[in-house]
Amino acid sequence: MGEVSLVDLSKRFTLKIDKAEHTVQALDRLSFTVADGEIVALIGPSGCGKTTALRIAMGLDFATGGRVMVDGNVVKGCGYDRGMVFQHAELLPWLSALENVMFGLEMKGMRGATLRDTAMQYLRLVGLEDSAKRRPYQLSGGMQQRVGIARALAIDPKVLLMDEPFGALDAQTRESLQGELLEIHKRTKKTILFVTHDLDEAVLLADRVVVMQMGRLEQIITVPIARPRDDLAAIRGTPEFADTRYQIWRALHARETVH
Amino acid sequence: MTEIANRPAELPVDTAAPQQTMRRRRQVPRWVITVGSIAFFLLAWEFFGRGVNPVFGSYPSAIAVAFWDISSSGQLWTAFGESLRPFVFGYSLAIIVGVPLGLVIGRFWFVESAIGILVTAGYAMPLVALVPLLILWLGLGFGVKVAVILLMAIFPIVINTWLGVRAVPKALIEVGRSFVASDATILRRIVLPATLPYIMAGIRLAVGRAVVGMVIAEFFTSISGLGAIIINSANNFDTATMFVPILLLMVLAIGLNDLIGWIERKVAPWQAEIAGRDRE
Repeated sequence: MGEVSLVDLSKRFTLKIDKAEHTVQALDRLSFTVADGEIVALIGPSGCGKTTALRIAMGLDFATGGRVMVDGNVVKGCGYDRGMVFQHAELLPWLSALENVMFGLEMKGMRGATLRDTAMQYLRLVGLEDSAKRRPYQLSGGMQQRVGIARALAIDPKVLLMDEPFGALDAQTRESLQGELLEIHKRTKKTILFVTHDLDEAVLLADRVVVMQMGRLEQIITVPIARPRDDLAAIRGTPEFADTRYQIWRALHARETVH
Repeated sequence: MTEIANRPAELPVDTAAPQQTMRRRRQVPRWVITVGSIAFFLLAWEFFGRGVNPVFGSYPSAIAVAFWDISSSGQLWTAFGESLRPFVFGYSLAIIVGVPLGLVIGRFWFVESAIGILVTAGYAMPLVALVPLLILWLGLGFGVKVAVILLMAIFPIVINTWLGVRAVPKALIEVGRSFVASDATILRRIVLPATLPYIMAGIRLAVGRAVVGMVIAEFFTSISGLGAIIINSANNFDTATMFVPILLLMVLAIGLNDLIGWIERKVAPWQAEIAGRDRE
């Protein structure tokens, strides 16, 4: 199981700009649910609160109202039921690829031979068993993010939370990693909630797309493309792809047309 | 696609620049330049130093003779041992106490508020003025030397470590938190390795301060060690002999500096991958 619910999630904080205090409403009663095994994309303009929502779901940030629940349990901080993939991978530069994957497992309490074997197994899952001994700066950006995904998956979380995981990569690397993520999802059936600003990525990967505007839920759009989505290139040519992409685009620009 | 990618390489401007830097770098090895610079300095010193009254100055060949005299009599090496023992003890103590202290000051705001200001004040403390007091407390021997060396060396180590902790990327701490690591584990497994380059820089800065501290302590006590040779030969107007321990200490500091640099490359090899080593 791995159902994530955001219930009336609010976050406000005060910013001090030039002696004047501004109250910023980063999240305003945001509610949606990600079903077990589902992939949901969180999309919106920068500053709309999508990353804040994800960080609260992870337990790295705290809400001022509402709650996040994973399988009915209220989130009170970080936990092994959730695995985080950071935007820039954030590998520990003094550890090898393998040791980076081992890090999370060690924190979870795994020791001995199983530790190395399990880490290696997840490196293999992301296709990096040959680069196990390389340190992060000896890996390309795409490879670093693969290690980041392996590190998060290795602790066997119920939910994978990803903060613009492919946003910092070049277009070709991004496309191949998107395909790999779908492959991993097919095999592991993890629930995935990811933040993106890339419309194509949202349509290609997600079952549903949550569009946010200024801390609020704007619209939830269901992607009518069946799984398994093995041929992403072909999907890009389908009318469903174009139509869903346009719907999201409309939702993203809904506020602009007013003024 | 490939055609576009290849085009810049065919432009003469692009190909010329990197080749030039490659050639310049391979022309002369670094050590040749360093040795040449030292030789030039010593020759110039010898040339101009000979014209100066031997009370007011000295020159390399006279210092070499003085070195031979006090080194064959054993006086130099006895004094070197008397200086080195408190040096190693005080300097090691500065590292052992300074690094953890800097880590907790940088990591925990309440520790920072409580003792951060004391460290900043301690760094600026005119230690020379306090040495007579320390002698009253600790006598003229080993203890007072260790205390002065420790007090001189510890502050750059604490302050550098502290600043290093403050510079650890927040995201790396969050990696630890997202895997539910305890504060102690985050400190040991993330903050400490991320701070290592800063710590090593502090330890390097402390070498010079520790050497100065050692000499200051021995000036005041003036009964043992290299500092005693310096002050006693200065009092006898034997300037050449006075320079022997001074130069020996400088060589010691250079050796320690290189040793620390070597250790740094061993314990933090990733640093060279991150930091740009490309220089003109």
